[in-house]
Amino acid sequence: MSKYKMHVLVCGGTGCLSSNSSQIVDNIKKYLKENGMENDVQVLKTGCFGFCEKGPIVKILPDNTFYVQVKPEDAEIIVKEHLVKGRKVERLLYKEPLTNKSIEDSKHMDFYKKQMRVALRNCGFIDPDNIDEYIARDGYQALGKALTEMTPETVIEEVKKSGLRGRGGGGFPTGLKWEFAHKNKADQKYVVCNADEGDPGAFMDRSILEGDPHSVVEAMAICGYAIGANKGLVYIRAEYPLAIQRLRNAIKSAREYGLLGKDILGTGFDFDIEIKYGAGAFVCGEETALIHSMEGGRGEPTTKPPFPAESGFWGKPTNVNNVETFANIPVILLKGADWFSSIGTEKSKGTKVFALAGKINNVGLIEVPMGTTLREVIFDIGGGIKNGKKFKAVQTGGPSGGCLTEKDLDTPIDFDNLLAKGSMMGSGGMIVMDEDDCMPSVAKFYLEFTEDESCGKCTPCRVGTKRLSEILTKITEGKGTMEDLQTLKTLSQTIKDTALCGLGQTAPNPVLSTIETFWDEYVAHVKEHRCPAGQCTALLQYKILEEKCIGCTACSRVCPVGAISGKVKSTHVIDQDKCIKCGACYDKCKFSAIVRQ
Amino acid sequence: MAKIKSLEELKQLREQFKSKVDLREKGDKMEKMIQIRVAMATCGIAAGARDVMNALVDEVSAQKLDNVVISQTGCMGYCYAEPTVEVTIPGKEPVVFGEVDKEKVKEIIEKYVKNGELLDGIIPVTHKTVDE
Ligand SMILES: Cc1cc2nc3c(=O)[nH]c(=O)nc-3n(C[C@H](O)[C@H](O)[C@H](O)COP(=O)(O)O)c2cc1C
Ligand code: SF4
Ligand code: SF4
Ligand code: SF4
Ligand code: FES
Repeated sequence: MSKYKMHVLVCGGTGCLSSNSSQIVDNIKKYLKENGMENDVQVLKTGCFGFCEKGPIVKILPDNTFYVQVKPEDAEIIVKEHLVKGRKVERLLYKEPLTNKSIEDSKHMDFYKKQMRVALRNCGFIDPDNIDEYIARDGYQALGKALTEMTPETVIEEVKKSGLRGRGGGGFPTGLKWEFAHKNKADQKYVVCNADEGDPGAFMDRSILEGDPHSVVEAMAICGYAIGANKGLVYIRAEYPLAIQRLRNAIKSAREYGLLGKDILGTGFDFDIEIKYGAGAFVCGEETALIHSMEGGRGEPTTKPPFPAESGFWGKPTNVNNVETFANIPVILLKGADWFSSIGTEKSKGTKVFALAGKINNVGLIEVPMGTTLREVIFDIGGGIKNGKKFKAVQTGGPSGGCLTEKDLDTPIDFDNLLAKGSMMGSGGMIVMDEDDCMPSVAKFYLEFTEDESCGKCTPCRVGTKRLSEILTKITEGKGTMEDLQTLKTLSQTIKDTALCGLGQTAPNPVLSTIETFWDEYVAHVKEHRCPAGQCTALLQYKILEEKCIGCTACSRVCPVGAISGKVKSTHVIDQDKCIKCGACYDKCKFSAIVRQ
Repeated sequence: MAKIKSLEELKQLREQFKSKVDLREKGDKMEKMIQIRVAMATCGIAAGARDVMNALVDEVSAQKLDNVVISQTGCMGYCYAEPTVEVTIPGKEPVVFGEVDKEKVKEIIEKYVKNGELLDGIIPVTHKTVDE
């Protein structure tokens, strides 16, 4: 019987670990011992709390104290004041940015209020390296229930009824996919977990694997039972060392408990999981490329059909699902399809995890019910735009998605609504942009990414993305023409229509969506050689205002290229051909006589 | 580690492990919990607060009172009456008991915590504790 009266949860996610949260754990333990309290307080390392921006996070329970930006040396005061005397350490408490009020109980933080944690139910709550804690939270009960009380058909029926759709990007109904794999008869079938997560800025899947690896292990076994497979494979990028380590450990302890291996729970069902490592190419997240890569071949997509459910790994029926998709499965079986389908919108059920990034106050990982609006996500949970700037757009769906703007803020987020607005759900990356972000540059950023990541197998994608990114570069340098804008549109459409795989088919989306919504901004670059957001350095112009310049000569003295001329006490001028736009004069002028346009 | 051979065994294991996380689960619904705080400053500890704390924890877990959270606090200012224990039932004012020992612990749990009946040894509350 444990006598712990308090639990100290220290974030052991990648973000917080990189700012030394391990040392915090060690220090807290040390001071507890000094105060003779090592048996009163349990200290453990959990997965990500989602609040990485303000990490390292230390949470104390049961009083729900949420300490942010904790340093290893703060361990002493936490132990001596809070744990020994019961007094919260004011300066470490999270403060609400608008009111600057300290929040005593994390339930009252705006960041958490509108969230609903289903896939992340155990992240930041249990020790991911301890299977016992997962079991205490009903872990493996869903597998037990499936194996003893349900047939493969009823499992599939339940998943279908829940309305769960794939969280890897496509949004395909999971139950239906399982049914295909189930119906294809074969001597061997496979369950594959797609943990490639190549979308820049996304870390949903990584956090689930780091914070709650058993939920994925359990779900894969359930899927194996449903489709008739006894072998599971997790395809994970080698750049995720911590997730790999936690997953390995989870598989090992599940085997030791007999929850993986032969004759699971005495039911005669066998299932085991192997980890396959990817080199981190975006295209390897595409399921056919992923399968070729696992077989040791080149990570290049092939045409579908045949779908993996017919002919996948080594030509056998294979069910590929995303990490987050799997993480939902055990809860669905335990709480029931009706419970799950009561959350969300008509055609998108349950919740979705998003990685919030960009110009937003609360950068981090969140989970909200489908149907939550972008406004709630960005302004309530995300805390609004950094430095009080103006919101301009949000990119959802990563390099395959599009930009949504002010007019879309009240759209309830779900698969179909985002598609209808010219973007997509994608895997859950959400990058927020403010007034200083230049949209042609944003499109260029994504196109450079897809150009790099294109596997090169088909011409429209290999050559097309290169041409698109060249034209965008031209535009951001002020050398574009109106004809180029037309070419961007037609070329984009051609690539979409002719590329072989999803990478190429969606690569032009960021171009199309920004051209559509920010046409004027493109035209300003082309016709006026002007970047309205002031981001394209090549287009910046420094000018001296005649009426303000008093001729102090300060600017001409700092200009590194001698572009400024003028006599003492008379107006100075900048020679635009010589100017390299370094901004030195702009910073130097004390009379605000120099403007940047 | 022994293998788990049936769903039954897995369920037993879950019950056995529940105590590992129930304190954390209570944190999620703190406002519905009966909170018991033991003053564990120097004066309290010298007077035997640690034994009182352990007796409370034992009693609460033996009786499986899963709506009770026990924690410690600093000096509550009643050094003359240590060990002191403060009990807060949701929706009611906190009540402080003085000179608590193992017998008293049983009585507090039996009468006040379980049934809301008042008993002897209550100290009039003169101030709020620091973190309120
Ligand atoms: C270029 C490209 C990259 C992809 N990357 C991923 C990925 O990183 N993770 C993922 O789960 N699915 C990714 N997908 C989607 C997969 O092909 C597949 O649809 C998905 O893993 C199916 O799982 P789900 O139904 O659970 O979403 C990608 C697709 C394309 C076209
Ligand atoms: S569309 Fe691009 S990534 Fe896909 S197969 Fe063709 S070249 Fe490769
Ligand atoms: S520093 Fe400003 S005021 Fe002085 S000469 Fe240059 S522009 Fe004119
Ligand atoms: S921006 Fe730099 S290069 Fe251009 S005029 Fe000013 S100081 Fe000279
Ligand atoms: S890594 Fe610690 S909060 Fe995300």
